[in-house]
Amino acid sequence: MTKQKTVLFACGTGIATSTVVAHAVEDALKERGITFNSRQCKATEVASQIDDVDLVVSTTQLPKDLGKPVITTLAFLTGIGKAEALDKIEAVLRD
Amino acid sequence: MAKALLNYLDPGAIVLGVEAGSDQDVIRILSDRLHRLGYVKPSFAEAVLAREATLPTGLPLGLDNNVAIPHTDPEHVLKPGLAMATLCRPVTFCNMEDPDEKLQVSVVFLMALNDKDQQIEMLQEIAMTIQSAETIAALMQSNTVEDITRLLA
Repeated sequence: MTKQKTVLFACGTGIATSTVVAHAVEDALKERGITFNSRQCKATEVASQIDDVDLVVSTTQLPKDLGKPVITTLAFLTGIGKAEALDKIEAVLRD
Repeated sequence: MAKALLNYLDPGAIVLGVEAGSDQDVIRILSDRLHRLGYVKPSFAEAVLAREATLPTGLPLGLDNNVAIPHTDPEHVLKPGLAMATLCRPVTFCNMEDPDEKLQVSVVFLMALNDKDQQIEMLQEIAMTIQSAETIAALMQSNTVEDITRLLA
């Protein structure tokens, strides 16, 4: 068993869409047998919060070159492309 | 199907068939309702507009009727609430994921949030509503506030 990974969920305010996305990803990945530590922040705070993070999932554009994998997706809000987004997240967390 | 939405969606903050010239018009109209109903501070409208300009909230649904979910920081909110507008003509919002992309939006949910853990249910039900093309179409066809509350009950 490797160390549990940490996912940082980001959005504009750090309270609205990242909350929806965090819950949706936690529930869907639990079904796939994966658990992880979850944190949330504003898009503008990502750079300062990224040190111990394995993956960033954002609903809004983030600065480039954060040095960690970033998945920007609206799939968990609009339902469009949800399976593909989950596959990408799962791949990073199983890596 | 979306009962929790009705816990937050104030009938006085539902505006149907709005004639708005821009995204800013819609945000001002709905902010004014939330302010008059006691949900938000006077600073709310300008804060939402400022946020929309840098971090837009349009959501592409791959439909004729896209949705936007403008909102802002909790400091401008007195108590959680939700306002909704359907537009007789779409207005342009920018895509949350790609601010350079413009979207034609016909349904707007203006959210007043102050505690994400308490309002997760509302947030999830907005997402659920958005993900149903049928519900969006039915919202667009609703002529009265009663139609909307029946639809969401």
